[in-house]
Amino acid sequence: MPSLKDLRNRIASVKATQKITKAMQMVAAAKLRRAQNAAEAARPYAERMGRVMSALAASIAPGSPAPGLLAGNGRDKVHLLIVCTAERGLCGGFNSSIARLAREAANSLIGQGKTVKIICVGKKGNDILRRQFEREIIEVVDLRSVKQLGFVNAEAIGRKIVSLYEAGEFDVCTLFYARFKSVISQIPTALQLVPLTVSSEEAAAPQAVYDYEPDEEQILTTLLPRNVSIQVLRALLENAASEQGARMSAMDSASRNAGEMIKKQTMQYNRSRQAMITKELIEIISGAEAL
Amino acid sequence: MPDFHFELVSPERLVFAGDVEFVVVPGTEGQFTVLKDHAPLMTTLKPGVIDIAESKALVHRYFVRGGFADVSPAGLTILAEQAIPLESLDAARIDADIKDAEEDIADASVDETRRLAAEKRDQLLELKAALKI
Repeated sequence: MPSLKDLRNRIASVKATQKITKAMQMVAAAKLRRAQNAAEAARPYAERMGRVMSALAASIAPGSPAPGLLAGNGRDKVHLLIVCTAERGLCGGFNSSIARLAREAANSLIGQGKTVKIICVGKKGNDILRRQFEREIIEVVDLRSVKQLGFVNAEAIGRKIVSLYEAGEFDVCTLFYARFKSVISQIPTALQLVPLTVSSEEAAAPQAVYDYEPDEEQILTTLLPRNVSIQVLRALLENAASEQGARMSAMDSASRNAGEMIKKQTMQYNRSRQAMITKELIEIISGAEAL
Repeated sequence: MPDFHFELVSPERLVFAGDVEFVVVPGTEGQFTVLKDHAPLMTTLKPGVIDIAESKALVHRYFVRGGFADVSPAGLTILAEQAIPLESLDAARIDADIKDAEEDIADASVDETRRLAAEKRDQLLELKAALKI
């Protein structure tokens, strides 16, 4: 039976924890709104870009040599996985669910005898994956010091991907991130970046006959690297919103748990206090009766 | 004059959307003006100024740092790398871009990329002279 003092201390410590989780929840809620706005604001560009890319892809005559970033180099040997996670923990299953998806993909690729290379964006993904894929991780991108995610950050990663591709370091590139569906639901997603996947429904839509200036090939060579950066940017922004959403709901349930614990312990505290008083009374009364 | 739909988007947000009378676009192969029912055209942009005319009297001017224009039957869409209202553009911003381009020239390992970077720098210098800032 813990003493009254122990109980009091324990209640105080749970209360302090609850204060922290509540504050974190509120901070996450404020950040979520900002992140969500940023993710939504970036959507038009990515959508238009997708439309233009599929129009261009459809216009390239079949058989003519398409740039590698669009059609791939025909091989399927070395896979580059880009795993985007958060820089911080305490956000429920957010980081581990992305890492799990990436790990499963990596394991099945290795099982098929393919080479896997991993770039971790965000510290947490590296922490989780490092144990199993120490040798496969070729780079860790740290976004910890970045306050407001912008195109610059995505462009840096995009450039890295393109230059690795041009150096022949990988054949297929896949991006892992969590798509933001709602505050309580974030879906870990794998998106293939290279070769580009064009949604068949858009490609099948009838296209107007375009004039190109300069010709298709040159436009594609300037546009494709940018498209990679844009997809990375979108993933990063969605990820940021998802992270805050996940943290908000995780901290919400943590505060609730702490509340329940406080209730239970207060009850126990009051009971033992009452029991002590009763015991003392009995002692006094029986002492008085003995006289 | 009849209006058509125009959108200017930068990676971070939708900068401008609405019906306009005409738009002047700095294409890589020369400046051109888009009016209603322009033939479908796709072109890359060089660093320069976009003039958006909602009407003769109301013209918005934006500086874009390269990008891409898509003229389709539905209207004109410009995907800009960066779009800044001309009023808030200053010499420092352009100078920073020029410096970037010069660094790219120094870093370039392939002749082709060096040529592209040099071209970009020249375009920026030209623009700076034209704007007199």
